[in-house]
Amino acid sequence: MTLEIDLEKRRGVFRLAARFSAGPGITALFGRSGSGKSTLINLIAGLERPDRGRIVIGDTVMFDQTTGIDLPVHRRRLGYVFQEGRLFPHLSVRHNLSYGRRFTRPADRYVAFEQVVDLLGLEGVLDRRPGTLSGGEKQRVAIGRALLTSPRLLLMDEPLAALDQARKDEILPYIEHLRDEMRVPVIYVSHSIEEVTRLATTLVLLDHGTVMAAGPVEALTGRLDLHPLLGRYEAGTVISGQVVAQDPAYHLAEVAFPGGRLFVPNLKAPAGAVVRLRIRARDAGLSLHPPEDVSILNILPGQVLARGPADGGLVEVQVAIGPTTVIARITLKALDRLGLKPGCAVYVLVKSISFDSHGRD
Amino acid sequence: MFDLAPDEISAVTLSLRVALWSMAGSLPVALLTALALSRCNFPGKTLVDGLVQLPLVLPPVVTGLALLLLLGRHGLVGGWLDRTFGLVFAFRWTGAAVASAVMGFPLMVQAIRLSLDGVDRRLEDAARTLGASRPLVFLTVTLPLILPGILAGCVLAYAKSLGEFGATITFVSNIPGETRTLPLAIYSLTQVPGGETAALRLTAVSVLLALTAVAIAGPLSRAVGRRVRGHDSGD
Repeated sequence: MTLEIDLEKRRGVFRLAARFSAGPGITALFGRSGSGKSTLINLIAGLERPDRGRIVIGDTVMFDQTTGIDLPVHRRRLGYVFQEGRLFPHLSVRHNLSYGRRFTRPADRYVAFEQVVDLLGLEGVLDRRPGTLSGGEKQRVAIGRALLTSPRLLLMDEPLAALDQARKDEILPYIEHLRDEMRVPVIYVSHSIEEVTRLATTLVLLDHGTVMAAGPVEALTGRLDLHPLLGRYEAGTVISGQVVAQDPAYHLAEVAFPGGRLFVPNLKAPAGAVVRLRIRARDAGLSLHPPEDVSILNILPGQVLARGPADGGLVEVQVAIGPTTVIARITLKALDRLGLKPGCAVYVLVKSISFDSHGRD
Repeated sequence: MFDLAPDEISAVTLSLRVALWSMAGSLPVALLTALALSRCNFPGKTLVDGLVQLPLVLPPVVTGLALLLLLGRHGLVGGWLDRTFGLVFAFRWTGAAVASAVMGFPLMVQAIRLSLDGVDRRLEDAARTLGASRPLVFLTVTLPLILPGILAGCVLAYAKSLGEFGATITFVSNIPGETRTLPLAIYSLTQVPGGETAALRLTAVSVLLALTAVAIAGPLSRAVGRRVRGHDSGD
């Protein structure tokens, strides 16, 4: 499944111009509120009409302004999971789930009712009304309802934004399941970098209605110029690696990635598992010599590639560790004291690592 | 007390027949009008809106007279209907139903329109993304959600019809057994000496009919409302 988007939409002073393509897996549309993410997903769904352009999903042209093709919403077969669920209040959960199913031709169906109920753990609520469900249950029903149309592509517009952290943690594994087991292609709108690094295969960065960059998550999070857009505080480099060993005595996993090895505590994945790690820029430090007698386990040799502009007293430095790039956020004073310049050999000290998810193999 | 004379019984059954037909007949038109007013923007919308409200603010006698001029046997539309379809409203019970329908129409449109305005359009968008065409969205989402409004509109129109007097007597006169509905029968009885007892009897019947409508409509609309809001597993 491939997705090709090239479109323009003007609304008042706001202008959206988006051009990108994406492959299978989860494609995250990431950006601040007002960046045009929701408009873009509505244009793909057909709920809004582009002024110009082309939308192709797989081998089906959804919209093409030059040939006049504009598939109506109900014939696009794109499952849409809305932020607020939008369950039908007059129907039971069972009938909400099966609502779209009857509009799907039997030949196009690839999911069964029981399969979806099982997957999303909805057995217990089938006969209840949406009004009596919790926020997390509602979103699970909304995902199931969209999934049961056997969509070509699942569109998710901040499906977790209205939920608290506990409910988010409840839903996230289900979305990973869609990606890994059911292999449903997903377009995922979010302004949460954690969700994006945990879920996304491809990242599309939007700012003020323009696509700033599109590509694999690992490549984009290692780019210095995009860092401000990714949210300074939480921003970090995403690294995919494979667990090579587990040390049960210390609950420590050793993860091999292109360029080196990382030790991650409390990572519950067996040897051989592919995992995705995130090193936040603020958790990485730099040193000219390998320090001894420090508590930090992960000390990786690398080479300074570039530095970002000073942000008050802080500056971001991009370091190559083999083919992998990592960004460290250090003080301007430290930069000058160490005399860091592109080409300098340094050691990257990683204080902590977020383990986001099991990656895809 | 309820030992009704034959002509009194005929007034009651006629009233019920007129009320039911006027309600049923105006429902589809009212639904379409409410849809147009709530969902569409078209030139002359304000004018249509005003026309719909007109029977509410005009003296009923004026509405009756307008109907007579339009739908009378020699009226603008009535003459054509008579010649083309042999359809006559003037001085017939069907004319009484038309008069009632016109008088209750603004109430019905208003009730349906309000509930349409209250429907979350985003639910309709959701239904379209799930594969439902616009007509199917209307049937499976919009219509169930506005059912309480439709019910309320029907009850209002029905009640209005049971009490309708001025437009009816002006348009179709006061013919026993044909156009003499309950209010007209009560009025006629008060015009003859010694008719007071019979008038009181019919008044009581009137009250009873109105109360029955309320007694059925209240719980029904509450049940429908609960279903639509979805806080109840009342499947």
